Amino acid sequence: MAVLDLRKKLAILSDAAKYDASCASSGTTRRDSRGGRGVGSSGPGMGICHAYAPDGRCISLLKILLTNYCIYDCAYCVNRVSSNTPRARFTIDEVVGLTLNFYKRNYIEGLFLSSGIIQSGDYTMEAMVRVAHALRLDHDFRGYIHLKLIPEASPALIAEAALHADRVSINIELPRDESLARLAPEKDVAGIKRAMGEIRLGIESRSAPGRKARAPKFAPAGQSTQMIVGADQAADGEILARGEALYGRYKLRRVYYSAFSPIPEASARLPLQRPPVLREHRLYQADWLLRFYGFSRAEIVGERDNLDLAVDPKLAWALRHRGDFPVDVNLADRERLLRTPGLGVRSVDRILALRRLKRLRLEDVQRLCRGADKVKPFVIADGWSPLALADAERPLAVAEPRQLSLF
Amino acid sequence: MRIVELAGETDLAGWRRAARGLRLEGVAPDEVCWSVARADLFGAPDHAATGVAAPADRALTVPPALISLAEGVACHRSPERFALLYRLLWRLRDEPRLLELRTDGDIAAALAMAKAVARASHKMKAFVRFRRVDGARPETFVAWFEPPHRVVERTAPFFARRFANLRFSILTPDLCCFWDGRALRFEPGVAKPDVPTVDDLESYWLTYYASIFNPARLKVAAMQSEMPKRYWRNLPEATLIPGLIDGARQRSEAMMANEASEPARRLPARPTAPVGPANENRTPDTLDEVAAGVMACRRCDLWRDATRGVAGEGAGRARLMLVGEQPGDLEDLAGRPFIGPAGQVLDRALAAAGVPRQDAYVTNAVKHFKHEPRGKRRLHKTPGTGEVTACRWWLDHERRIVGPRVIVALGGTAALAVFGRPMPIMKSRGRPFALDGGAQAVITVHPSFLRRLPDERAKAEAYRAFVDDLAAAHALLA
Repeated sequence: MAVLDLRKKLAILSDAAKYDASCASSGTTRRDSRGGRGVGSSGPGMGICHAYAPDGRCISLLKILLTNYCIYDCAYCVNRVSSNTPRARFTIDEVVGLTLNFYKRNYIEGLFLSSGIIQSGDYTMEAMVRVAHALRLDHDFRGYIHLKLIPEASPALIAEAALHADRVSINIELPRDESLARLAPEKDVAGIKRAMGEIRLGIESRSAPGRKARAPKFAPAGQSTQMIVGADQAADGEILARGEALYGRYKLRRVYYSAFSPIPEASARLPLQRPPVLREHRLYQADWLLRFYGFSRAEIVGERDNLDLAVDPKLAWALRHRGDFPVDVNLADRERLLRTPGLGVRSVDRILALRRLKRLRLEDVQRLCRGADKVKPFVIADGWSPLALADAERPLAVAEPRQLSLF
Repeated sequence: MRIVELAGETDLAGWRRAARGLRLEGVAPDEVCWSVARADLFGAPDHAATGVAAPADRALTVPPALISLAEGVACHRSPERFALLYRLLWRLRDEPRLLELRTDGDIAAALAMAKAVARASHKMKAFVRFRRVDGARPETFVAWFEPPHRVVERTAPFFARRFANLRFSILTPDLCCFWDGRALRFEPGVAKPDVPTVDDLESYWLTYYASIFNPARLKVAAMQSEMPKRYWRNLPEATLIPGLIDGARQRSEAMMANEASEPARRLPARPTAPVGPANENRTPDTLDEVAAGVMACRRCDLWRDATRGVAGEGAGRARLMLVGEQPGDLEDLAGRPFIGPAGQVLDRALAAAGVPRQDAYVTNAVKHFKHEPRGKRRLHKTPGTGEVTACRWWLDHERRIVGPRVIVALGGTAALAVFGRPMPIMKSRGRPFALDGGAQAVITVHPSFLRRLPDERAKAEAYRAFVDDLAAAHALLA
């Protein structure tokens, strides 16, 4: 076999890693390199995106696979064993060197390491843990590390991964267990759930009240997962119900929805189409409504239904509940304001703060929120009532849906 | 007209001194002209603001929020920034809550400036690109950067904390900063960057940037809103963008047009699927087989939203069996019965009744956690008769294998499962029932019931009765 140079390996193993949507570097412990031997800092706030690719995605971490050799045969994956994609494998030192060298040039916040399964879950997990171990202990690296966990790996290895990593993740992959069994025959959904449960227990054991000794660090930036959208027949309602269940069950920081995207070397089991990126966008909007706006999944979409692609899910909800509008911005409580199209969490908080000082006019509301025109038909403010609009020939004309442009 | 000349573009201290004096003197905003001294030939301007008398020794207080707002605004490139700040200071006399009025014209303008500065500082953390100075020890890095606002001074400490053990310089047209491992030093800006022209690592970064891009999901506007073009000329990877965009459609369509791929080589034998006695109908002969069977159980739909089936645990030939309702949130994650809050109540009560838990076999009527999502939590739901009936298969086998002499049913669901019909809890307490096969059953409340009682006295009483029930059950063994 030809020996690949490092650049070629990097090309193969980053190309192989790009179908994982997560690249976050946020929400971990505050630390920096002062008093240490190495480089690196991180914090509890938002992460830093060092670049954006023309696919609109943030590049915050060096996102690579340790190897794209894999013994599994997951139909949606470019790296499945039956694919003819070129293969490569990094050494531990190569990953460590690339991470540190990229970091020192301020290209990245840290490393996101995943891997194809080679030999066994334990073997693979151990190799990944060795990378994190070398970065943290040999090089005193204090930047961000995200490790993909192999659910079959032993709990001791998972605990060691969580000791070094800021965030850990296991992908649930598909919204239906049956689809996983069909498209990823070697993956074991029960094992995935079990591992996620153990991670939540590990994270919570750190913060349990009344602890005597300080427990070892355990993934301070929490755990996340990814679900592929459009590879099976699951409706949006089913996908969101699954997401909602996962948030509640495993206290995930994030569920990433990843539109199934064409890959080179596609499997005959899974025909390719243009990735449903607009659908993915609507799912993220709905996910936000679940987590920050007090909506329940059933209010947004029925279990067997899909979200409306033409309007965002909050506007769609408002149009189904016209009787609840207009909302008086000078009187309505927080819950109702949060359900008003055009008002985000921050604008609602600002409205509540400002209305203690003065009565709000429409201009005030529009200065406080981003969707200035969108909010108009749904609110009453001093000197403004949308009744004039409702009487007009085309009510809610300003809220007319517009398809997002994809290209 | 009063003319104030500040020592530098971001001389907030000078502004504060001058503004305090003017404000105490009662000079209105439209009578002041704010300007900035031009740096002299030798760089660092070093003189106090001129044009204003030394401030009278009188107190002037402002909300702390004004200071933090001013720190941001002062770094903005707008020539109006100092006048705007003085106007805010002036207006605060009659409008003490002015700063909270976000929609006021002046406040909105100041907030917008502060926001632009914060964003520029954040983008500086993101978009500075260092090149390594060849051969320098310790490792030394240099960057040339052009920030849209004057954010070098406020952002440099971030880099010093991040790269405390390296040496670096960040050169910009406004101000340059230098880190020598101990302290940050600032010098005036430079016009022409004196940075290394090559760094071998840069080509690896470009390789990474090109490879991590997915041509099937082109979203140029999304990229540009976060990485505006004004930054591109100092980002080495930006040279790749036009080519990546041009080739994207073709690459993506080629992928879709290609035939499905057939493996070009013989595949290694498929690994055997993870072990799992996926047969829920095979009669278990041991407790291990019960545990494995429960994990694979599909007798009702509860497995779908649960993490795992939770079988009982405890002494294999225990004379006492405790049956609860179903696993809860923590039991579902850990795979063990009664380890959550209800389990703690049970443990306490067992200890009080003198019953060692390890001598008992502890299990549940239903082996999966029935719940509904509520926000980010899971709310317990009582299992229905159908689920209890389906799950009796497992409880009955546990009873058969363990062969306890006394079974304690904790709560209504447990009683339903043990007796096969609903039993009134409160009426049935305090006396044993004979079961088929010679064992006896005792009925009491579920420990969660004790936790839910609102009144402390009722709680204490109920707890005592619960302990008595457990002790009575234990006494039946004697």
